[in-house]
Amino acid sequence: MRLDLVPRGHRSPVVEALSPALAFLAAVLVGGVAVSLLGVSPAAAFSVYFIAPLSELWSLQEIAIKAAPLALIATGLAFCYRANLWNIGAEGQFVVGGLAGGMVAIATHGSTGATFWILPAMLAAGTLAGIAYAMIPALLRVKLGVSEILTSLMLVYVAELLLDYMARGPLRDPAGFNFPQSVTFDDAARLPSLMEGDTLHAGVLVTLAAVGLAVVVLGRSLFGFEMRVVGASPRAARFAGFGAERLTLAAFAISGGAAGLAGIVEVAGRIGQLQPTISPGYGFTAIIVAFLGRLSPVGILVAALVIALTTIGGEAAQIDLRLPLDLTRAFQGLLLGLVLGADVLTRFKVRLVPGAAR
Amino acid sequence: MTAGTGRAAAADPRPLFGAYGIVKRFGDFTANDHIDLEIRAGEIHALLGENGAGKSTLMKILYGLLAPTEGVVTHRGDVVRLGSPEDARRLGIGMVFQHFSLCENLTVAENIALVMGRGLGRAALARRIAALGETYGLHLDPERPVWSLSAGERQRIEIVRCLLQDPKLVILDEPTSVLTPGEAELLFTVLERLRAEGRALLYISHRLDEVRRLCARATILRAGKVVGACDPRAESAGSLAAMMVGAQVCEVAPAAPAAPGGERLRLDRLSLPAPGLHATGLRDISLAIRGGEILGIAGIAGNGQAELFAALSGETRAGQAGAVLIDGVPAGHLGVNARRRRGAAFVPEERNGHAAAPGMSLSENVVLSRHATAPLTRFGFLRRGAAQALADRVIATFDVRKAGPDPAAGTLSGGNLQKFVVGREILANPGILVVDQPTWGVDAAAAARIRQALVDLAAAGSAILVISQDLDELFEIADSIAVLHAGTLSPAVTRARTTREAVGLLMGGAEDMPPAVTGAVPPSEAAHAT
Repeated sequence: MRLDLVPRGHRSPVVEALSPALAFLAAVLVGGVAVSLLGVSPAAAFSVYFIAPLSELWSLQEIAIKAAPLALIATGLAFCYRANLWNIGAEGQFVVGGLAGGMVAIATHGSTGATFWILPAMLAAGTLAGIAYAMIPALLRVKLGVSEILTSLMLVYVAELLLDYMARGPLRDPAGFNFPQSVTFDDAARLPSLMEGDTLHAGVLVTLAAVGLAVVVLGRSLFGFEMRVVGASPRAARFAGFGAERLTLAAFAISGGAAGLAGIVEVAGRIGQLQPTISPGYGFTAIIVAFLGRLSPVGILVAALVIALTTIGGEAAQIDLRLPLDLTRAFQGLLLGLVLGADVLTRFKVRLVPGAAR
Repeated sequence: MTAGTGRAAAADPRPLFGAYGIVKRFGDFTANDHIDLEIRAGEIHALLGENGAGKSTLMKILYGLLAPTEGVVTHRGDVVRLGSPEDARRLGIGMVFQHFSLCENLTVAENIALVMGRGLGRAALARRIAALGETYGLHLDPERPVWSLSAGERQRIEIVRCLLQDPKLVILDEPTSVLTPGEAELLFTVLERLRAEGRALLYISHRLDEVRRLCARATILRAGKVVGACDPRAESAGSLAAMMVGAQVCEVAPAAPAAPGGERLRLDRLSLPAPGLHATGLRDISLAIRGGEILGIAGIAGNGQAELFAALSGETRAGQAGAVLIDGVPAGHLGVNARRRRGAAFVPEERNGHAAAPGMSLSENVVLSRHATAPLTRFGFLRRGAAQALADRVIATFDVRKAGPDPAAGTLSGGNLQKFVVGREILANPGILVVDQPTWGVDAAAAARIRQALVDLAAAGSAILVISQDLDELFEIADSIAVLHAGTLSPAVTRARTTREAVGLLMGGAEDMPPAVTGAVPPSEAAHAT
């Protein structure tokens, strides 16, 4: 018995558009079974996971704030993955961006006079730090042929330990009773709130701008075309005169820059100071988001919102229903697997070939 | 009609294998439409048709690789089910593929043992290989690694693999496409021998001369249907081609011999190290082409054609700028787009994945090679309307058949995609055009169209370099011919002053011909062949 994948001659655009939705439905069904095995009513769990977070203003804001960094990082990663480059160290670039931008805020802490430049300088420093940090695996790959998968991943731990050291050591607030955290940033170093007194901050706009820019660059520019060709047909890309080295550096710069920017947006927006840890794993979750969104910027935006929803819903389920947080993680992984599986099914027919056993 | 001289042929009136009412649909596309085919023992049966006519589909159904949507396959009158190649092999069907499936780093014997499965010791296998070599003139050294073998020797491995299973029907897909004329002669001897033993052969080829020489019956496919059956020996190559394409094929009209223009492309002692373990380095290659001239470069695959093409296109840069001169200006240091801006254009051998990105649309594939030489971008952004307009011009000018307004390049048939990639470059009005295997695996009508376009472009004053393994093609369109062998290029000779035989000898490396080619036919075999 053997499974054959036969390419479908004709691919229905309707089915292709529906396939992620069907995958989501399937994930909910499987999740429901798991929930009921844990002794909780699936209907109650569904309500807590997916309905409640969408029905209150504060949780809608939380979803937007969680989705923003995910979508921003994943949009940058889409450039890399389209070009068949595997930057899986966005987490590290995120941390380094937050650290570098935060250092600008700490260095200018308490300064008087013109302060309008501080926030732009922080964002620029965070972006540049993310780019510089991503250049390490990129240059190692281009110059020495080192696998970018390993180096980018390992540099995540370097970045996390560096931030940990800085927050506990040199950048610790001298008047902070030895708590491992920096001074609280001045207002001039914080992203403005979008709604008076609420948590939604301007970082969401940064993400929307980045996604819009990515739509145009990836779909309409020669540069985006080069990225797509390099990933899809490397030999045709060489024939087109698209330099693989240049594109490798560019893809890493874009993804590193986006992750670094997301890092400083998180620090200047939600957190407001440097702490030993500033990310609940955004850089890794963004990899899932990038593929859930099929590496297209708009799809990524939707995927980021879905993942943020399940995360917020998962936290609520932990409190209200005493469901473990691991269930949420398992659900997110299940969702990715099913979406990718549904993609395969839209492109191929599965045929069982009996016999022919070896 | 029964087959000629086979011993076993007359005994059984039922055909050895029959395929009746075969229909194969892929979605909405019907690749085979009620095809009937009968193959008798002791005949070489030709299957003719353009690319996309449905030959490969039918072949795969007969070999159990595809299941037909409708229709049956019979063996001596009994309906059989071919669920897998193993079923087919059990019934005595063997196949020699066009593209060899050999492991380069293993020896001949190891490659054969791979498909023989368990139960046959190394020594026994070596004895059987030797015995087959003795019987059919298929001489192979079992201990040689495959990477050191010529294409002809590699094909011999495939044939031996097939014969070890003592097949009653051997399917051969374009078997001579990679062979020198000498190697092809040896193959024909083997095929005649197999036929005389009462085996059936299904012979798929574009080379009509071979079909006329070897085959007593031919079935002709067009657009998935059987459009005729004939005795190819009673037909001319022209009439066979006409049946295949459904219209009279135009011979390439030679352009009026214009006075050659100035020199446009020159290579001056170009040398490049081999880029990889099994690649070929280039040694001291010099050539010159004037405007209005077509230079043909003959040679067997793997003698440096890919490396020469890359050095000409700029995908590999030469160490010295002066090694490549475009219109008299050093260009060896330039990349591919800089050379395009100086009026050069290139068509690589591999359509899918090199000349075109198969997953991308035709308009995007226009951008691929023309973004530097056509107004397809503005401020770094694609002008999609302009790209679509240029794609449409290529499609209209070169009669590219496609489904849908802007389909992915990979959905076109080989001949149509080749017309597209050649047309894309010719519409750039290049002063220099370098083409690698312009009509490889392309049907007769498309090939004639492409060759005519090359001749016309030369007549308009361009210099054209054609790298090809197809000697007929070179003798049809080239003004002069040089031979690439083991990374060195023989001096170019005008077409009138050379012959296919002379070029064939150079292709085999005249002064040091491998013993397998010169001495492969023992006297007894040679006598049998005549």
